[in-house]
Order: sequence, then C-alpha cells, then structure tokens
Amino acid sequence: MRAPAEAARPLGVRPARPAWRPSRLELFVLAYLALTGAVPLAAALVQLARTSPADTWRAITAPAAVAAMSLSVKVALLAAALNVPLGLLVAWVLGRYRFPGRRLLDALVDLPLAIPGVVAGISFMSLFGPAGKVGRAVGAAFAPGGLLAWTGLDAPRLVGTRVGLVLAGLYVTLPFVVRTVQPVVIALDREAEEAAHVLGASALQRFVRVILPELAPAVAAGFGLAFARSMNEYGVAVLVSGNVAYETLVAPVYVYQRVEGFDFAGATGVAATLLALSLAVLGATHAVQRRSARHVA
Amino acid sequence: MSRDRLRRLGRTLGRTALILAAASYLALLVGLPLVNVYGQAFARGVAGFVEGLSAPEARHAAKLTLLVVAIAVPANTVFGLAAAWVVARRRTALARLVRVALDLPLAVSSTVIGLLVVLAWSPTIGLLAAPVRAAHVKVLFAWPGLVLATVVVTLPYVAREVLPALYQLERAEEEAATVLGANRWQTFWRVVFPAIRSSVVYGVILCAARAAGEFGAVSVVSGKLIGETNTLTLHVERAYAEYETISAFAAASLLTSVGILTVALDALWRRRGRT
Repeated sequence: MRAPAEAARPLGVRPARPAWRPSRLELFVLAYLALTGAVPLAAALVQLARTSPADTWRAITAPAAVAAMSLSVKVALLAAALNVPLGLLVAWVLGRYRFPGRRLLDALVDLPLAIPGVVAGISFMSLFGPAGKVGRAVGAAFAPGGLLAWTGLDAPRLVGTRVGLVLAGLYVTLPFVVRTVQPVVIALDREAEEAAHVLGASALQRFVRVILPELAPAVAAGFGLAFARSMNEYGVAVLVSGNVAYETLVAPVYVYQRVEGFDFAGATGVAATLLALSLAVLGATHAVQRRSARHVA
Repeated sequence: MSRDRLRRLGRTLGRTALILAAASYLALLVGLPLVNVYGQAFARGVAGFVEGLSAPEARHAAKLTLLVVAIAVPANTVFGLAAAWVVARRRTALARLVRVALDLPLAVSSTVIGLLVVLAWSPTIGLLAAPVRAAHVKVLFAWPGLVLATVVVTLPYVAREVLPALYQLERAEEEAATVLGANRWQTFWRVVFPAIRSSVVYGVILCAARAAGEFGAVSVVSGKLIGETNTLTLHVERAYAEYETISAFAAASLLTSVGILTVALDALWRRRGRT
C-alpha cells in the first residue's frame, strides 16, 4: 500500500531528496572530479608522504630550486608592476573613448589567452631575437650613430635573458589586468569627475583624487591575477628564456626538467611550493575583489 | 582663440596621445607577434607553407592533436554541463566543492598539472601503478596520458561558460515543464538546453581551442616521441629548435587561427555586454 504522503503528492512533483543523498548526476560529477582532480592531488600527497620531511626540505631549498623560484617571483612581480600602469592605460582607453579601430584593439587584448604559449614563444624569438626585426632595430638604435647611442649603453638582449622573461610576463598577464580594470572604468561615476572639474581640479588632480581611488581595488586584483599568471607561465617562458640554471631558469621549467630527470621528489617539492604561493595570492585577490564588490553595492 | 577652445584642443590632444600609446603597446606586444606568425609561415609562399605542413611528422602531430581534442572535449562538455547544473541548482557541500574545483586548474602551472598526472599514472612510481600495470595499458608516453593531461587543464572551460547562462535562466519554465509531466531529460533537452545553447557552443569551441593549444602539461607526460606522442604544439617547439622554421610557423599558424576564431566569436557573436 502507498504511503499517504506519497499518494497526496501532486502530479509531476518529485519528493524532496535529503540533501546528503547525492543524485546520479552528482555522483557522475564527483567521480569525474575524483579521477581528474582528487587522484592526481592524492598522488602528490602520497609522494610527499613517501619522502622524508628532511628530503622534501632539501628538494625545496636546493640552490637551483631556490634560484628558479625566486626568479619566477621576481619576474612575476616586475611584469605585474609594469602591466598595472600599462594595462590601466589600455583599459582606460578601451573603456572610456570611442575611436575607429577600438573593437580590434579590444579583441587583441584577449589573444594572449587564446594563442598557445609555444606559438607566442617562437614568434617572440623570431621577432625580438638578434636577427629578428625588432631585435635588429633595437641593436641599431644603440649602435654608433643610432638614436640611443648617446646613452653609451650596450643594446639589451631581448631574448635568452631575463629581459625576455619579463617580456613574456607582460604578454601573458595583459588580459588579466585589462579585463579586471575595464568594467570598473566603464562603471565610473562621471558626475563625481564633473563636480571635481567644476570645482577647479586639474586633470591630474581629478585622476589621482577622484578616479584612482575608485579603480584601486580592481587594480590590486589585476596585480594579483597577473602575478599568479606570470609566475606559473611555462610556454612562452621556456622558449624565450634560454633556460640557463641560476640565470634564466624559472620554476615551471625547473619542475619540467626535474620530471625529465626522474627526480620526482625535487619536482614535487617545488611544484607544491609554487601551488601554495599561487593559491595564497589568488585567495587574497578574491578577498579584495569581494570586498570591493560589497563596497560598490 | 578663446580659452575654452584652447582647453578643448588640449583635451583632444591628450586623448589622442593616450589612444596612440595604448594602441602602440598592444601592437608591439600582441599584434606584431601575431602577424609575424603568418609572415614566417608564408615566408616561402604558399608552396613553402604547404610543404611545411605536409611533412609526415607534422601530419602525425596534427592527427594526434585532433584525437586528443576529439576525446577530451566531449568528455569535458558532458562534465561541464553536469558540473554547472550542480553548482547552479544545488546548495550542497558538493556544489561548493565543484565551484572550487572549477577554479583550481586555472591557478596551477601547466607543468605542475603534468607532474600530477605522472605521479598518479606512472607504472613505476604512480599512485595507480598497480592497476595500470595489471591492465597492461600504457598511459604515460602514450595518447591516454596526453588526453588525461589535456582533460585536467581544460576541465573548467565549458562549465564556466554555461554557469552564468544557467543562473540567468527562468526557473519558472523548468518548474512548468516538470508540473506538466516532463521528466528530467525532457526538461533539460526541451527547456533548458535551447536557452543556454549559445553558451554551450562557445564553451565547446573555447575548450577545443585550449585543448589543441595545450603545451606545458603534455610536454611533461608525452616523452615527445616524434611520430608517436608529439602533438601539434610539441611539433612546433621541436621544429623551431631544429631550424625547420617554416614548418614550425606553418603549424603555429593553424593553432593561431583557431585562437583568433575564439576571440572573434567572442567579440562579434556574444560581446558579453562589454561596451
């Protein structure tokens, strides 16, 4: 006999399932994530547990590992710091002005996300290398008789050096800074700017006192995203840097080389450090974004 | 000239200077490398381009990449739809867990993902070493490993595209379908899917482009055996290193075209409310 509650149920309405009992759909999602996410993460934990803490510490503090990680952090800091003003400029121009070619420029911003790193890497090499168009032009500018000869400096080598790594960092982080700041530029309160203008504030004063405080949380978030992205970059970096240990070898490439050499303890130690650092930075970034979203609302 | 006109002229000049500065930065950093890909690919004309692509190792690499895409993308599409549904419609611990899982691959270096796949599936040191050996399947240095690594890297794309569309959907229509006696499949295919179709299509294209362009994780798991486990991105790297410049850029131009397609679709077709 049917239970009275079920008999009274209107047509087509299913009884509520207790929240703790997953549906078949949820079981599928869980199984998929277990295979692709949980198993590899568990494998990393097992690998860490198999290695003695002293050995793991040694793997993380090996001079080549420390050099690679600190280079990654330094390049990421520099790339993010340079791309904050430059990305802000791009976001401002795209968000505020109407001009021919704007949509093309807007589309260009997304390309570093869409084009494989290895492709950008070889294109950078062939352009910015000593034989490439840009590389030759830079060399000529610093050569006697060149535009920058008066500096007395040697022409910087744009690839195979740390300069190349920063260039790669600028390229891969551009979309993150621009796309974080651009919506805020579009949503800016024009009336506050006009009020400041009427009250006699100069363009610089209006930017520093009125606009920048509104953009600050988005700019900070853009910096965080850009830092994490640049620190984790492999594709462009492995091609443009030359990968010389202690000189131009970054942490993601170091991890790759350790696996190639079957040094799984060394690879896992650096990978775990890299992962922890980028999760910490992204966690802080999300906190900033949430706070500023609440502030706006 | 009046002071007012002078000021307006100053503002126009300032604006033009800012636009030119931004345009130059984008042109130098993104535009020039992009154009250069095609310039190098066609440096010896169409014949050189075709020759670069028709080398047996290039053709094998292209086929392997298509195989990886053909498995990884449908898998991640089914998962992405299911995961987005769970996140959008359930308030459970699992829904929160899935949300985090969808963010995670984007926060991890691609070589770290490759390492994790090795640590899980290696027949010697892997967590699943015993079952892998017992099943006599070659995962690493073979196509299943390439597929696995690509699946992990491209896990979030479909779900992240579909999720906002699901949030926007009117629940009333779904409830109406249910009340009228539609089962869950019917509700999904007749009511929900038509409403989110463009997001699904774009998510699939994005996922396919990312899967074809995946480089770091497949580098770690592939072993880079030419004619066996070399995908298109690995072929680009190897050909460039061996001074087969046109062959490298010819393959690179294919990947670039796929990337441009995704950006163009995003800009022209959806425009996401960005003005």
